[in-house]
Amino acid sequence: MKTKTTPREKPKPGTNALARVGKYAGVRLVVLFITVVVSIYLVVLVANMGGYVDEIRLGNIQQQISLEISQDRSPEMLALSLDERQALIRERVAVEVQRQGLDRPFILRSFGYLKGAITLDLGFATDLTSDSGSKQVRLILVERLPPTLLMWGLANLLLFFISLLFGLFLSRKYGSVLDRIVITLAPTSSAPAWFYGLFLILIFAAVLQILPFGGMVDAPPPETKIAYALNLLKHLILPTTAIVISTIFLQTYNFRTFFLIYSTEDYVEMAKAKGLTDREIERKYILRPTLPTIITQFALTVITLWTGATILETVFNWPGLGRTLYQAIGLYDTPVIVGSQVIYAYLLAATVFLLDFIYALVDPRVRIGGQGRTG
Amino acid sequence: MKTIRELLQYPAAAVGIVIIVLLVGLSIYAMITIPYSEAVRLWRGGEDVWYHTPKNAAPVWTNWFTPKNLPATIRVDSEDPSIEKSIEVSGEMTNIAFSFIFEFPYDDFPREISVFFDAKYDEKAPHVSMTWLTPDGREIRVADKSVSESETYRVSQDDKLQRRLGGSLPHNGLFAVDPRAKTLVPLQGTYTLRVEAITFEPESDVDAEMVVYGQVHGLAGTDHRRRDLSVALLWGTPIALGFGLLAAVGTSLIQMIIAAIGTWYGGWVDSLIQRVTEVQLILPFLPILIMVGTFYSKSIFAMLGVVVVLSIFGGGIKTNRAMFMQVKHSPYIEAAQAYGASDARLIRKYLIPRILPTLLPSLVALVPSFVFLEAALALLGLGDPTLPTWGKVINDAYGNGALYYGQYYWILEPSVLLIIMALAFSLLGFALDRIFNPRLRGM
Repeated sequence: MKTKTTPREKPKPGTNALARVGKYAGVRLVVLFITVVVSIYLVVLVANMGGYVDEIRLGNIQQQISLEISQDRSPEMLALSLDERQALIRERVAVEVQRQGLDRPFILRSFGYLKGAITLDLGFATDLTSDSGSKQVRLILVERLPPTLLMWGLANLLLFFISLLFGLFLSRKYGSVLDRIVITLAPTSSAPAWFYGLFLILIFAAVLQILPFGGMVDAPPPETKIAYALNLLKHLILPTTAIVISTIFLQTYNFRTFFLIYSTEDYVEMAKAKGLTDREIERKYILRPTLPTIITQFALTVITLWTGATILETVFNWPGLGRTLYQAIGLYDTPVIVGSQVIYAYLLAATVFLLDFIYALVDPRVRIGGQGRTG
Repeated sequence: MKTIRELLQYPAAAVGIVIIVLLVGLSIYAMITIPYSEAVRLWRGGEDVWYHTPKNAAPVWTNWFTPKNLPATIRVDSEDPSIEKSIEVSGEMTNIAFSFIFEFPYDDFPREISVFFDAKYDEKAPHVSMTWLTPDGREIRVADKSVSESETYRVSQDDKLQRRLGGSLPHNGLFAVDPRAKTLVPLQGTYTLRVEAITFEPESDVDAEMVVYGQVHGLAGTDHRRRDLSVALLWGTPIALGFGLLAAVGTSLIQMIIAAIGTWYGGWVDSLIQRVTEVQLILPFLPILIMVGTFYSKSIFAMLGVVVVLSIFGGGIKTNRAMFMQVKHSPYIEAAQAYGASDARLIRKYLIPRILPTLLPSLVALVPSFVFLEAALALLGLGDPTLPTWGKVINDAYGNGALYYGQYYWILEPSVLLIIMALAFSLLGFALDRIFNPRLRGM
């Protein structure tokens, strides 16, 4: 018996395992999608409490119809006077309002909004534009997505591997000076990333002047691809460090404690008695059974980190979703604000799904059979 | 109490408790010395309230770190009894004269100089002429002008005076050894501003107040609207404490009650609560708060309410549920059931009291996250519009480029207070966690 989990049936060949993981992932995907829909519906309800979504829709209809009529160059249209044209616009708007059901009760309409929100079909921003000059909310948000993903992906990957390896290292050096330092520093993780960001900007940008205050690349951006990438990397240092510093000590402390608890299990003692090397014990007897729980815990960390994205991006002037939301607040740009909520819901769901999928890959109960994860 | 004695064995917890007690003391001090309405008035006040403080002045203690002795603000008022006011009546006219004599022991120039006049007259406004006397005996004519009922003469913006001083800015030139030199050197000593007024009506009178705005001010410094930051730093303490504690207690208690109900009834109630918890996980928490702040209300109480409502089905439910599951099947519960206790009674009197103490560590550890949440909302411009809070100071500082212009005190002061408060609760939470989770002890 090598692992702690004892499957009731014998492990079946690889294809079956893949199918199980696929099935598990599929079920999770459906469940998550339903969750996202419910969550977006709640957003729509909150947003429309003051009739704001209605205003967006009405504004879109008006804009579209005025555009249609102003572009209509047919002779009978050109013959109309300005007043007649206005009347025509009003008439068509009224027809369209009725067609789209804006005069129906809110409960019925809310499902229409929900559909629009799920497909990010939120019409046009009132003030913001994308870099390509479009006012379509979907385009604006999609354009700002890559910088956000880049920064958060990089920071979270670093965070996960550093804290995992550091935690393992500390569990081996349990009680050492370094271990005590990490325990002492763990409470500093109660401050969020943006807070450390302010300090980092103060030290490295304002006082030492070796790193930029913020932004993604210098203006004007470097011409060659390599120079561009290096410049991007230089701008990434401070925000990524801020995220890592804000969580690393607590995460390392948690992982280390977790490993310590697991390394007192009988089967680890047994492995030691068998004379296995430390490295082997760590990999096969400590890391292996704790990995699913560690990933679940990490998932919760990543989700709380998403919450801070808005403010961190604002502090670092990072042209991602968070700063767009900040700009939209300043301009009262309702379509963009609602759109951001939707895209954040998607991002959170995607994070949960990705981590669930990794979970399925490492958890033998999912891979080989037996009971899947519940609750 | 045993817990408290146990707690004090952890130095970190003792430090945390001491800091929390100090912060509570500071809050009480703030609320007593500056009543709420006064705090709001001061914080929202413009130039009418804060005319006597310099803009963006660093705190006085920065002088300890700079080689130069930077000037503080000097205020002299003619209504002060120590200033002699000579009044000579000659027919219809009256000559009023007084001198503002003050020491200037500093190594740098002030920021600005202003004279605020307060004249009483019916129709004919008094005429005023001002002369500047330097320690080395030079006499500089400052201005001749007629003054209205409440007139502000901004010496620093007087172009004619600037020309007379050979082009150097008046607040520099007036204090320089030689105002025409290439690099101006400040001259220390006793300066005098002589004000001579002629009034044209018998009842007429002139009073004036001179303010030489310094580069440092008070214990906390000032911001871009001349407001003394100590108001916001003091009043930010009770607000941050109150917001953090209320939000933490509110969410923890409600989460626990919901978890208790779910575990006790089990079945569809439990699974419904579980599903709602999963939806809550995906609900974009901060963006929704931002949406509420932008569309509906920025009031701190509205925010507090929304925070609690959004967190009702938060992650705490899962931890609580696991604990309730263990308790649910204990013999004492079965005994209570056997004598016919109702469901509500069982939850209220048997389940919840058992879990309550274990709630404490997570509750205490939650406080900093809410304190920072309030600051974060303020940083996004969604802070309560009336209240002075730490987050709003950071927001002002950040928005006005304090980091670019080197006004570090402006951002550091509220940040340091924030981190001190967060660390205090966090340290206490960690220690409590060890006491209530014996498995962590010794690790």
